Amino acid sequence: MAAPDSSRAEGPVLLFPSSSSASARVEAVVVFNICDSYVRRPDQAERVIGTLLGSVLPDGTVHVRNTYVVPHSESADQVALDIEYHHNMYASHQKVNPKEVIVGWFSTGFGVSGGSTLIHEFYSREVQNPIHLTVDTGFTTGDASIKAYISSNLSLGDRHLAALFQEIPLDLRMLEAGKVGFDILKSTIVDKLPNDLDGMESSMEKLYTLVDEIYKYVDDVVEGRVAPDNKIGRFIGDSVASVPKFSPAAFDKLFNDKIQDNLALVYLSSITRTQISIAEKLNTAAQIL
Amino acid sequence: MANPAQAAGGRSFLQAVSTVTEAPSPLRVVQMEGLAVLKIIKHCEEFAPALVTGQLLGLDVGSVLEVTNCFPFPMREDDEEADADGANYQLEMMRCLREVNVDNNTVGWYQSCLLGSFQTVELIETFMNYQENIRRCVCIVYDPSRSNQGVLALKALKLTDSFMDLYRNNGLTGEKLREKNYHGLIFLRRYRFKVSNSALVSAFMTELEPDSPVSQNKTSSNITIATSRDNSPSSRHGFKREGKRTCQEKQLERAIARRRSIQSIFKPIPEPSRLEGYLVTNQISSYCNHINGVAGQNFNRLYLMKGLQEED
Repeated sequence: MAAPDSSRAEGPVLLFPSSSSASARVEAVVVFNICDSYVRRPDQAERVIGTLLGSVLPDGTVHVRNTYVVPHSESADQVALDIEYHHNMYASHQKVNPKEVIVGWFSTGFGVSGGSTLIHEFYSREVQNPIHLTVDTGFTTGDASIKAYISSNLSLGDRHLAALFQEIPLDLRMLEAGKVGFDILKSTIVDKLPNDLDGMESSMEKLYTLVDEIYKYVDDVVEGRVAPDNKIGRFIGDSVASVPKFSPAAFDKLFNDKIQDNLALVYLSSITRTQISIAEKLNTAAQIL
Repeated sequence: MANPAQAAGGRSFLQAVSTVTEAPSPLRVVQMEGLAVLKIIKHCEEFAPALVTGQLLGLDVGSVLEVTNCFPFPMREDDEEADADGANYQLEMMRCLREVNVDNNTVGWYQSCLLGSFQTVELIETFMNYQENIRRCVCIVYDPSRSNQGVLALKALKLTDSFMDLYRNNGLTGEKLREKNYHGLIFLRRYRFKVSNSALVSAFMTELEPDSPVSQNKTSSNITIATSRDNSPSSRHGFKREGKRTCQEKQLERAIARRRSIQSIFKPIPEPSRLEGYLVTNQISSYCNHINGVAGQNFNRLYLMKGLQEED
């Protein structure tokens, strides 16, 4: 989106930087850490600021994997960041994981404020093209908004005018969070971790409700209440077809084989346990010298 | 001339001073914040299959031990300076975290393990070290390999007091163990687990939850599981075989030592500690329990599959 503003050859030209293809990926632990540090911020601070660590993938995506808070002080027109703390923490983090490097910084609060440019400048000295993440802990728009920006400088000839913060697409990765199970992470307190049986039960229930919904949807389409969507129809068809079809004889054989294998497993483990207890008894029993 | 405070039911100064501190209420539950859980998972997964450790920070409140934050330890190479470095790193991290109002109180440590094998001598030694300084500490063990199968494998452990006494008094010989009834000697106790999150974080998570929660990572669909062999039993068999072999080797060693000690009256050899053998047997029995559990689940899934097929 670059175009010289003036048609005349001489005269100052306002250059708009071309948008790069950067995008960002943020891990769940980063969001958690930011929220936690926001909750623990000192009383007089309105927001928290910190460094983002991660890596830059070959296709230009910035993968934010870790973060730490940096104490700062802010007044009407000045922002001061504890640079030594920042370097110390970075050195400590590097000892654990040398692959995580500084990729930008975050701040809580909505939108980009004036003081942010100064901080962003500081971070641009640390790393090239840092990204700026804002996490709206105040829910000002009634929505959980997490946005990422990169900044580019607007300059008029030689003079630096302003820094333009462009929003870049953000992908919130919840892979590991998925492991912990969203239910655990969403609620404020969970009494015990679900074990295997609970997990199976809940996934069965979810499957059940999903199947019910699909049933209703297909009925609606057939009766003409809902406009049919071919993609969904094909998707449903594929899913149903993915249930493997066995002839009864083949299935019985497979089933019996698996049952036998399982029984063998149980038998082996019981034998091992018996042997262990016998060995223990033998070891500690006879001490006849 | 009754002391007015006493008459009112309060304690006099002397009483307060002379009271022996009451025994702490026994620890029943370990409560972790979602943040700590995520950090532990991230650290362990990043370095799997290498084993990593880290420190737990939090608060000790009544009968609940809260873990609010944690930080990882760098990988240790075995040389002299690494120890001093490690201590420096720890101090540095604690100091920095203190500045941002994170709970500065060590409540234990976490470690990752491979396929459920965490009962090692190092664990016990680390526990003893921690126990000297901290009244109540806990060890969290995370198993990345089990978590890949859909279950969050986090355990909170503590050494039982009886075992600690035994260990301190070098009582891990055959006789003493027999006295204490070998089988009744549980040395690790698991705690009930709770996960808590601040309201802000749960608000965020609720907003950001993706649309299809079904069976994303929770033991995927029954159909696929039933038709694919579960790999873990075979690896567990390997471990068990190894464990049994080491067990037998240890027994042989002990038998030889005993015979030698009979023969050399002048230089009686102290009986080698039973600790490793004991740990190995414990490990094996926990494997067996786990295998039984997995087999039971497999039965469930197979019968479900059968039901599904029969309807067709």
